[in-house]
Amino acid sequence: MRTTTSLLSAASAITLALGLAACGSSGPADPAADSDSPTMWALTGSSENIFRSSVEDWNEANADDKINQEFFANDAYKTKVRTAVGAGEGPTFIYGWGGGVLKSYVDAGHVSDLDQFLADNPEVKERYIPSVLENGVIDGKTYALPNNNMQPVVLYYNKQVFEDMGVEPPETWDDLMALVPEFNEAGIAPFALAGQSKWPNLMWLSYLVDRIGGPEVFQAILDGEEDAWSDPAVIEALTKIQELVDAGGFINGFSSIAADAGADSALLYTDKAAMMLHGGWVYQNLKNDAPEFVESGEVGFVPFPEVEGGAGDPANVVGNPANMWSVSSTASDQQKESALKYLKDGLFNEEYTQAMIDSGAVPAVNGIEDQLAASDDKDFVEFVYGLAQDAPSFQLSWDQALSPAQGDAMLANLDQIFIGEITPEEFADNMNATLGK
Amino acid sequence: MKVRGARAEGPSAWMVVPALAFFLVFAVLPLLGVVFLSFTNWNGLGAITWAGLESWQTALTDSVTMNALIVTLKIMVYSLVVQVPISLLLGVFTAGTQRYRAVLAVLYFVPLLLSSAAVAIAFKALLDPNLGMGPGLGLPFLAQNWLGSADLVLFVVIFVIAWQFVPFHTLIYQGGVRQIPASFYEAAQIDGAGRIQQFFHITLPQLKYTIITSSTLMVLGSLAYFDLIFVLTAGGPGYATRLLPLHMYLTGFRANDMGAASALGVILVVIGLGLALVLQRLGGKNRSSSQLEGA
Repeated sequence: MRTTTSLLSAASAITLALGLAACGSSGPADPAADSDSPTMWALTGSSENIFRSSVEDWNEANADDKINQEFFANDAYKTKVRTAVGAGEGPTFIYGWGGGVLKSYVDAGHVSDLDQFLADNPEVKERYIPSVLENGVIDGKTYALPNNNMQPVVLYYNKQVFEDMGVEPPETWDDLMALVPEFNEAGIAPFALAGQSKWPNLMWLSYLVDRIGGPEVFQAILDGEEDAWSDPAVIEALTKIQELVDAGGFINGFSSIAADAGADSALLYTDKAAMMLHGGWVYQNLKNDAPEFVESGEVGFVPFPEVEGGAGDPANVVGNPANMWSVSSTASDQQKESALKYLKDGLFNEEYTQAMIDSGAVPAVNGIEDQLAASDDKDFVEFVYGLAQDAPSFQLSWDQALSPAQGDAMLANLDQIFIGEITPEEFADNMNATLGK
Repeated sequence: MKVRGARAEGPSAWMVVPALAFFLVFAVLPLLGVVFLSFTNWNGLGAITWAGLESWQTALTDSVTMNALIVTLKIMVYSLVVQVPISLLLGVFTAGTQRYRAVLAVLYFVPLLLSSAAVAIAFKALLDPNLGMGPGLGLPFLAQNWLGSADLVLFVVIFVIAWQFVPFHTLIYQGGVRQIPASFYEAAQIDGAGRIQQFFHITLPQLKYTIITSSTLMVLGSLAYFDLIFVLTAGGPGYATRLLPLHMYLTGFRANDMGAASALGVILVVIGLGLALVLQRLGGKNRSSSQLEGA
């Protein structure tokens, strides 16, 4: 009996020791920054260099407020940050998209309310384009500030291919449908699409629904109104998508193509596809992956075509207004203080803004017309700036705007629409079942 | 007194402590945690609230769960049907002693050394219909919509799984074959049995328990396939390759419904335990006794 007891106590001691060991903090620490330094998790990819040099410059100039920065790949980050924030171990600077995910952080009390900070520093608030800033506002309070560029979804096209064929980029949906057989006859795919990644499919749905029914249709879905997905505009948009698929609008095997390695853009700049509907960030990637394609001026871009008879304003855009920084509410006071200093003086200072423009991106800030006009990528950056500023509505990507449960179901069901496995009505029924989740 | 004497003969009971502690900490405690979570509502961020059977209801009535179960069973059965014969034959073949077989055996085992994520990324690139091996090698029939067609994708997944795991099972069979005493074959040869007869009358019956061990690993392994499929297809197109573990992950970490994901986890554990017991039964009562001569 005595043996059993001591055996148990030994086992529990080991258990405890293991448990404690597992609780220790993890992750590489920057030797220059101590534990009271704010931590920042950012994404690899298009804006990585800008985030990196901004923090390096900041750390050099502000020895007392050094920031500890780490980078993650997109999908991995989304999972990791949520788990970390839920455990109270999140970074001081939380990188986000606004929308449903930000709301869930706010509901759980994990992010700081920035209203007082903005009231004390009105110049920070004035820096941003209001419609973009709006994206970090939940229930009337600001919880996140834009940290990079406006990323409206635009229709890219290969100018050389269009010239060779003697055709013009589409202005209306009928134009677009008329171009499909022409390109197919010439042996060029009308549209590149990375269907395997699922989210590129969404850009088609959100633009078509907006053009046909206006932004109110999606607002009703966001508000969880009963049978909101059965709106005629949604059904018509899905039907149009299936018509386009059936007409051979997308490259063969599009549902095997993944976006992460840029295989879809590669089809565009290797002249295998004539057009691609994609986010504004693709231009930055093209500058990296195919500089000669961008420099020779072969990349064309137009707004998403108008749908004849549609109720939506053709100037509306969808996409990502910008990514954002939230400040963790579980960070120490010292960390929060340093973080706010950076938000005030480090974020979108002159070098930051200029570096962003040089990379072919359009920062979500006011009064940069002169800088844009002087840019090597003048055509594109001015186009995007104008598009975003003139848009009556700038709708956040639906998968970010909706709750995660709805977003996941929507992408899977939309995938089935694209490969013709379900009908628009079945899509609406499946999605209506997720309303309110 | 007698007990003490008996204990002194074997290793001390204390030696079980590390293993027991690990088992408690990394298997029993998480399992209890998952059972608890399956009766709650939790989005991974806020408070955990008691939800009774709600998550179970969500998990069990969701058509996606049923689909995931069917996909899992399909992958399990096809994996067995494809991998057992191939790895059995390769195992028997590589158990020979000629030098060229050793070279071939090394080649066969190469896929075993690669991580699932690397295998998936490589196949994803190879199977790309526009930039992959089809157009690359100028072989148009290889440029199918491999990962994007709901009809093809399951077979592609089974092929890639087989490519990765056949070497492991080949290794098991190779070991099994090498344990069969040479005297059996010598006796058979004297009686005039040919190679094929030897295979069916000596090798196969002697490998019975190896087959059961290998199949158990395959069956339980196919309940846990995750990384390979997550990277290769992410469960798509639609729900075509969303098998149970992936469905559990996506429910928990993509849709942030930890309650329903935990219920799915419990279902997986129950299915796994059930299958393991059935396979053990198939092995018969004497499964642990040696088949070696004189033992």
